[in-house]
Amino acid sequence: MKEPKLIEAIGVDKQFGDTKVLRNCSLAVDVGETVVLIGPSGSGKSTFLRCLNLLEPPTGGDVFFEGRNITSDLRHADRIRRDIGMVFQNFELFQHLTAAENIMLAPMRVLGLCTADAHDLALDLLKKVHIPERSDHYPDELSGGQQQRVAIARALAMRPKMMLYDEPTSALDPEMIREVLDVMAELSADGMTSICVTHEMGFARRAADRIIFMEDGAIIENANAADFFGGLVNERTQRFLDQILH
Amino acid sequence: MSFELVYQYLVSQSFISGAWMTLSITVVSLFFGVIVGLIIALLQGLKFAPVNWLTLIYLWLFRGTPVLFQIIFIYNVLPTFGIRLSAFLSAVIALSLNEGAYMAEIIRSGLQAVRKGQRTAGLALGMTRGKVMRYIVLPQAARIVLPPMGNQTIGMLKTSALVSVIAVEELLLVANQTASADFRYFEALTAAGIYYLALTSVFMVGQYLMERSLEPKKRRGAAPRSLMSRLAGKANPKPVAEEGP
Ligand SMILES: Nc1ncnc2c1ncn2[C@@H]1O[C@H](COP(=O)(O)OP(=O)(O)OP(=O)(O)O)[C@@H](O)[C@H]1O
Ligand SMILES: [Mg+2]
Repeated sequence: MKEPKLIEAIGVDKQFGDTKVLRNCSLAVDVGETVVLIGPSGSGKSTFLRCLNLLEPPTGGDVFFEGRNITSDLRHADRIRRDIGMVFQNFELFQHLTAAENIMLAPMRVLGLCTADAHDLALDLLKKVHIPERSDHYPDELSGGQQQRVAIARALAMRPKMMLYDEPTSALDPEMIREVLDVMAELSADGMTSICVTHEMGFARRAADRIIFMEDGAIIENANAADFFGGLVNERTQRFLDQILH
Repeated sequence: MSFELVYQYLVSQSFISGAWMTLSITVVSLFFGVIVGLIIALLQGLKFAPVNWLTLIYLWLFRGTPVLFQIIFIYNVLPTFGIRLSAFLSAVIALSLNEGAYMAEIIRSGLQAVRKGQRTAGLALGMTRGKVMRYIVLPQAARIVLPPMGNQTIGMLKTSALVSVIAVEELLLVANQTASADFRYFEALTAAGIYYLALTSVFMVGQYLMERSLEPKKRRGAAPRSLMSRLAGKANPKPVAEEGP
């Protein structure tokens, strides 16, 4: 029997007013898969991610999570989002809370964990992202790379079934990109299902099972990593790759 | 001038209860003013046209007329519609509604100053809109609105003297009555002035301590704005309605 995909978008459209931002986007991701999403600026990558966890409700098409149609009833979107962690380009750590408190907030307020358990969880996760010593620091006392790793830990604290990363390293200085990508690659290797918007092709080579190329709101290419890095891509994808690699 | 008499006024029953009345009116009106302001600010965030129109009309009415007019109106005009309120209650209602109109603006700008991405991050964690507001947006907005709110508090203390027109026995009315009975204006008004200064000083110290406690721990060493500069009334970086409404 075929297992259902963890998440599956079927014919997703998104329109802001009169502008069509997503056109008929379909994508299915298996449990444990890591998918890297690339495409030029404005092609709709962020919007697509935000449609998957319903931060933006799609204007057409459906999204299924664990076989359930989550776009049919948006009232319980918060329930779905507990299972889908998200990491942003600008980290978006809560400025009034320490690293540990950032991680503890949602488990305490949404899942009802007590302070002691939440604190233990926070320290565990900070170890996992390799900054156990920074738990009592405020976001503005952390480097960009450290902030992004705290943000990953914060998302993991809800024990999500998958992670969405929206250009997690593009606001970072080059020397910090590595430490964030390492954490993401480790999570993928441990079996975390992920969709990652990034142009770090080194990461894609190392961690991705599949590469998706988007252009003008449409998914142009959906290739497994071996084919993709073997050069089996369509001509528009190749043109884009030539641009970002030079 | 007789210092002895000033002292006697200061410890007299009528001055003490006048000062107490001034303090009660200020604290109660401020409390409800903040609540009204918060409600208006949250309603304005709803983006629902009829509600937005109602809040706009409210702000227009209460910011476009003198607070003295509002006090007299509520005390004298409402009874003709069969609503009979004590002078104290009329005073508190007028001041709360007036203060709410100003607080709404302060709170609204505080809420807007919290970056949108902070809300998105909260939602992405599976928090509901209410929880995002309560645990992420409001705590951050609180730090931003505290200094202007402190200024409103001092302003309210001074504005409360206006309710003497509807015969609420607050500090200024007591001082005035005492003075005209004894023909000792200088002493009576000096005693009232001392009470006002004492109360505003206490509020300034309170504001200072609150601002410090809302600062993240690490910065507690460095004061947000020195107490001396507050007491001397030195300008804030951004002065907001020092004189109150
Ligand atoms: N809330 C919105 N209202 C109107 N238009 C929007 C909105 N959000 C995104 N868009 C538009 O949708 C298009 C796709 O935006 P999106 O942010 O998804 O692209 P992207 O591929 O993530 O680009 P980038 O690489 O710059 O992050 C853009 O043209 C953008 O202007
Ligand atoms: Mg984007």
